[in-house]
Amino acid sequence: MPAALPIPHPTIALLGPQGPGPDVAAVLAELKIRGRVGLVRAGFQEREAEDGAMVASLGVPAVNLLLHARGVEVFRGDAEFTTAYQARQQRLRNMQALYRIRLEKTEEAEHAISVRYVDPELLAQEEKVAVDQFRYLDVDHIERCTAVRDAFEAKWTPGQRPLIARHRAELAAQLAECEALVIAGGHVASLMNRMTLFDVLALAAGKPIIAWSAGAMMLTDRVVLFHDYPPYGSDIAQVLDAGLGIAPGIVVLPDPKRRLKMDARAGIQRFARRMAPATCVAMDHGARVIFEQRKIVRALGTRLTTQGVVEMGWIGTPSRFSSPTLTRMKT
Amino acid sequence: MSRISSFLAGPHTPQAADAFMAAGGFPIVEDSTITFVWRGDAEAVHLKHWVFGLPSSQQLARVDGTNVWYLTMQLPPGSRVEYKLEIVRGGHGEWTQDPLNNAIARDPFGGNSVAHGTGYSVPDWIYPDPSAAKGHLDEIWIDSNTFGRRGFGLYIPSRFQRTRQYPLLLVHDGHDYLRYASMGTVLDNLIDRLELADTIVVFTSSPNRLKEYADDPNHAKFLTEELVPYVERLFPLDAHPQGRCIMGASFGAVAALSTAYRYPGFYGRLLLQSGSFAFTDIGDRNHRGPLFDPVVAFMNKFRAEPAVFSERVFVSVGTYESLIYENRSLQPLLQSTGMDVRYVEARDGHNWENWRDRLREGLSWLMPGPFLHVYE
Repeated sequence: MPAALPIPHPTIALLGPQGPGPDVAAVLAELKIRGRVGLVRAGFQEREAEDGAMVASLGVPAVNLLLHARGVEVFRGDAEFTTAYQARQQRLRNMQALYRIRLEKTEEAEHAISVRYVDPELLAQEEKVAVDQFRYLDVDHIERCTAVRDAFEAKWTPGQRPLIARHRAELAAQLAECEALVIAGGHVASLMNRMTLFDVLALAAGKPIIAWSAGAMMLTDRVVLFHDYPPYGSDIAQVLDAGLGIAPGIVVLPDPKRRLKMDARAGIQRFARRMAPATCVAMDHGARVIFEQRKIVRALGTRLTTQGVVEMGWIGTPSRFSSPTLTRMKT
Repeated sequence: MSRISSFLAGPHTPQAADAFMAAGGFPIVEDSTITFVWRGDAEAVHLKHWVFGLPSSQQLARVDGTNVWYLTMQLPPGSRVEYKLEIVRGGHGEWTQDPLNNAIARDPFGGNSVAHGTGYSVPDWIYPDPSAAKGHLDEIWIDSNTFGRRGFGLYIPSRFQRTRQYPLLLVHDGHDYLRYASMGTVLDNLIDRLELADTIVVFTSSPNRLKEYADDPNHAKFLTEELVPYVERLFPLDAHPQGRCIMGASFGAVAALSTAYRYPGFYGRLLLQSGSFAFTDIGDRNHRGPLFDPVVAFMNKFRAEPAVFSERVFVSVGTYESLIYENRSLQPLLQSTGMDVRYVEARDGHNWENWRDRLREGLSWLMPGPFLHVYE
């Protein structure tokens, strides 16, 4: 992650998927943003430049910052950096795969214990142990990913590479003409990597940010990958990495109708407890969470509670679950 | 009351038979039973199928006073059964597809009629999707030291770019997978749906598969030391074990397993479908014939000393196959090594459409596309 200190963005609006009938224009109007915005579509990767419909849906002038294309240019033009970058990415992928094995084995153990013929009070204790094990694995994974990224930043100082510095200067000039930053969804890892490579949040300091789906996930302090209906049958939610952290305290779960088993109470409860004290917000089309000075000031979404309840029409109150065991292990 | 019971309970007149036949929808699937029907003059009619555990030939009964023949049997929900009818006339039996059933599964030996049990549906991802970007299929050649000049099929994903690195999938009996398991279309659809990684796929075929696929060291050497390096020179491939998958069905699964076993750590992903993993628990004689001798020798060796050779192995098999026991036995063996194993059974037989139907689950687990990362 590029910056150790919080970057001031007075207003951050996280939205659900835009889908048919995008609502981003309404949010921009609500925030009284009428001038040019900088548009990030790096999550669309090679389709980044196909922005006609999206720009039209904004209702304000927009400049596509073309972060994905800029990244391709950097990787083509700076071989030494690219080799190191690819090695880092391979390392992170391997870590993700190993972390996932631990998650799966923890889940297997949790299930095996949950069906033992012992008294319910002991099982309840064991359930809490399982949640804490998941929480430990998540925190540990984030810390190790952060360490890998920090070491890379320290060794390669991307901002001082001539090509990257040139792009950052160009982006700074473009963003200086913009009233706000708008970040679309797409491939969350690719999006976050490009945002980080060009340090876009720092370049857009002081400007409101409107982001949806993967863009919204990336701005929180923890990016969680999830899909209850994968093509191979079943899977367990996993943390990808620390997010950029400017919209703290929530876990954004876009497109829940398609990706989440909302009627699986035990699963919802386990997940919400695992993520607590962060608030888990399922964000369908039309959902929004508005931050002012890093605090939620209003929201409209679906909260997954630590009691396993799916709270429709959630308007911004935080989660309350805490885990004493976790605090002894890691924070 | 079932349709056939209603017919049997009524008058056995030509008119009643006509009405029964005119209703169509043969074979008749009702809950967990299936009724095969044939109409015509014959000395006998037999159902020929490949469901292991049931008599492979079962006689249809003639409805008294008519030339309608029928056989009702149990068919568990979700089943898919391939069959033919044998019509006996003049003491001579002739195998034929069911003229009352348009569903046909093709294979290298021709085609069989197909019966779908309750709850089975043909997956939508096996049909061409006009909105899905199409990959490029080609046929190229390699001059190998091991086998001389050999052709192989090549699939290049639609979004291919030289600046990216791609995983490689090696498919035994690859041309049959293309012909009989719709694999080109399946790849297009799974990649377009982000369920399978953009992948370079090599479809190999052998002129002598029963020898080369039966744990032949030359075959493993050809693939690993010649073919893969050749494809790596042509395309930007991910050279990590996680980026290499090898697969096959039947003897092709044996070839995939033995190749990966001979080169531990090279192929990080395996997809084994209905493998002919014959083994013996005592002695080395097997009941499947001499073609299986090298397979038995290999499997017995592996069973005696199971070892890690890959990371992820997907095993699928049909519950109606004679090889179900061998495949079930393989799963705990693979798992005991620490490899990540997913084992799937389907109510199907040893055939290409069974292997086709498992491709989505297997490939997306072994080489997942970015569906988990994409939130638009």
